[in-house]
Amino acid sequence: MFHWLEQRPFFFAVMLFLTVAFAGFIEIIPDFAKASQPTVGTKPHTVLELAGRQVYIKDSCNACHSQLIRPFKSETDRYGMYSLSGEYAYDRPFLWGSKRTGPDLHRVGNYRTTEWHENHMMSPSDVVPGSIMPKYPHMFKNTADVATAYANANTQKQVFGVPYDKEGMPKLGSWEDAKAQALEDAKKVAADMKNQSVKDAVANGQVPEIVALIAYLNSLK
Amino acid sequence: MQSNAQLEYDYSVVKLFTFATILFGIIGMLVGVIIAFQLAFPELSNLAGEYGTFGRLRPLHTNGVAFGFTLSGIFATWYYVGQRTLKMSLKESKFLMTVAKLHFWLYFITILLAVVTLIMGYTTSKEYAELEWPLDLLIVVWWVLWGVAMFGMIGMRRERAIYVSVWYYMSSFLAVAMLFLFNNMEVPTMFWANGAPSSAMHSISMYAGTNDALVQWWYGHNAVAFVFTTPIIGMIYYFLPKESGQNVFSYKLSVLAFWGLMFVYLWAGGHHLIYSTVPDWMQTMGSAMSIVLILPSWGSAINMLLTMKGEWGQLQTSPLIKFMIMASTFYMLSTIEGPIQAIKSVNAIAHFTDWIPGHVHDGTLGWVGFMIMASLFHMAPRIFKKEIYSKSLMETQFWIQTVGIVLYFTSMWIAGITQGMMWRAYDEYGSLLYSFIDTVTVLHPYYTLRGIGGLFYLTGFLIFAYNMFKTATSGRVLDKEPANASPMAS
Repeated sequence: MFHWLEQRPFFFAVMLFLTVAFAGFIEIIPDFAKASQPTVGTKPHTVLELAGRQVYIKDSCNACHSQLIRPFKSETDRYGMYSLSGEYAYDRPFLWGSKRTGPDLHRVGNYRTTEWHENHMMSPSDVVPGSIMPKYPHMFKNTADVATAYANANTQKQVFGVPYDKEGMPKLGSWEDAKAQALEDAKKVAADMKNQSVKDAVANGQVPEIVALIAYLNSLK
Repeated sequence: MQSNAQLEYDYSVVKLFTFATILFGIIGMLVGVIIAFQLAFPELSNLAGEYGTFGRLRPLHTNGVAFGFTLSGIFATWYYVGQRTLKMSLKESKFLMTVAKLHFWLYFITILLAVVTLIMGYTTSKEYAELEWPLDLLIVVWWVLWGVAMFGMIGMRRERAIYVSVWYYMSSFLAVAMLFLFNNMEVPTMFWANGAPSSAMHSISMYAGTNDALVQWWYGHNAVAFVFTTPIIGMIYYFLPKESGQNVFSYKLSVLAFWGLMFVYLWAGGHHLIYSTVPDWMQTMGSAMSIVLILPSWGSAINMLLTMKGEWGQLQTSPLIKFMIMASTFYMLSTIEGPIQAIKSVNAIAHFTDWIPGHVHDGTLGWVGFMIMASLFHMAPRIFKKEIYSKSLMETQFWIQTVGIVLYFTSMWIAGITQGMMWRAYDEYGSLLYSFIDTVTVLHPYYTLRGIGGLFYLTGFLIFAYNMFKTATSGRVLDKEPANASPMAS
């Protein structure tokens, strides 16, 4: 049979494709729908949080930080309750990471504050001596891309039926509404910060990246 | 049409891809060395503002070496091995020649754009699939062009049966096409911006959460399989017998190893998700199949080693054979290490630690890097019609790089296991013994060693680049093509 195939590249290729694709069909299809159900209480991210999540992705925080607490005592003691599938139901893309050069962040909102993040992002080794994390002063100057975050949320709502604007869920509305809401949320974060230029920017209707990022990190619970 | 005896192959596309292999190799490995030292000396992360942080550079390194260096090497050798084993020349078809050239230029432009966009922070965050949607579309175009060239060349062949190497290149083409398409299903958000001035360079994944993770690692693991493994096996099946003048040890073993690998590899993706929230049976399946994977992997590696039966003396006389045998040996090391890490209880310690990059690098540096460089060395006298410039430089390069690899993986083994054990250590009162930062500072010496190992490897690669450049420009001209052992000046 193999000799026969080796002289007929078309059938060889078909056979090859089926052999390779087989595992994918068996592994991925059966549990696909089941795994995507949200757990009770899981809400989609607000526009400001999504803007922060985009900052997290832009600077590849996921290259060094996981968001996946494994079901071991040593992990739940350190990071909190182990992660559940439904908690990720609105995560596009997922951000589990594959390497913990720094600690897990899946529930960092439970034990770190806005003030802590502000100091830490400016100079990690001043807050945690020995830290090898880079400094992120540029996040205090760059403006977060709230418009793309809105497009992101609206795509989730329109294309994937994510329940924005439903009862008890974050509001989205029009771009104007969402922008105003994001600024409102940003003001709450900035109120707990001490960096004057960040405070001024928010007062002037801008959202610095650091504000969005902290809003996102605080939402990880 | 030319008769078989005078068939003259066309190497213009081979030369272009050879150049790209060396260029992207230097860039990708240089970035790798920089980020390795950033972990040992974090001040290095802040030298270029937001554009020089570890996070920005890491995707640049992985994409640069996987899709810059390795893919160029695969394409360069494909257009060489393809023509020769199929007994056809690109000269015979204007159409295929145009397709091949277009394949090169679109590919080259994509990689350059990848460098720029990744530094600017345009990334989807999915590992080895970081490039944003416009680049993904470009990739689809040149991947299809490669397929057209491949099947076009196969269609024109004079040799009825297709050789083992071609099976492997074919598998690479088909599997990556499938994996890439499914994993990069993404929706550009600009179409639902509702009037907001949003970025055109942003998309979100079709899949959410656990599903996204599942598809990502089904892709991620098998991108490794079909970029770092199968085409490289294709290379060794052609270049080792050619260079040594030996017949492949066993045809039956070739068949068994090939179809075995094709069937088993895809299952193993689940071992990246052990103790995550994907269903338990899938994790177990990933774990078990990873163990099974040892068989086909070692099958082809042993087939290659036994090809040298009775001719082991060549290992002493030819640095080129040395590169290939070392590559095959690293392949065996890496394909026994991977399954060990996929065992659930070992994975509990190894996952998220530096043991994983350690494992990746004995495969990529030892197996992929050595085999690609050896292939390019073997091709050089045939495509440039010149003698290899310096044998002693090859020897030097071999030993510098081998030492580099050993430094790399031994330091990462120690680092990974140290950290994995410290994360789970408890004191006698039942409290965690170490804070997270303790498990970071302890790694400093290993991170430094790893950086040095990387620097050794990069140095070797620069020697390689110089040797290839000198071969092309000032090697002694050969009047006829060497049959087996590549001629090299001392």
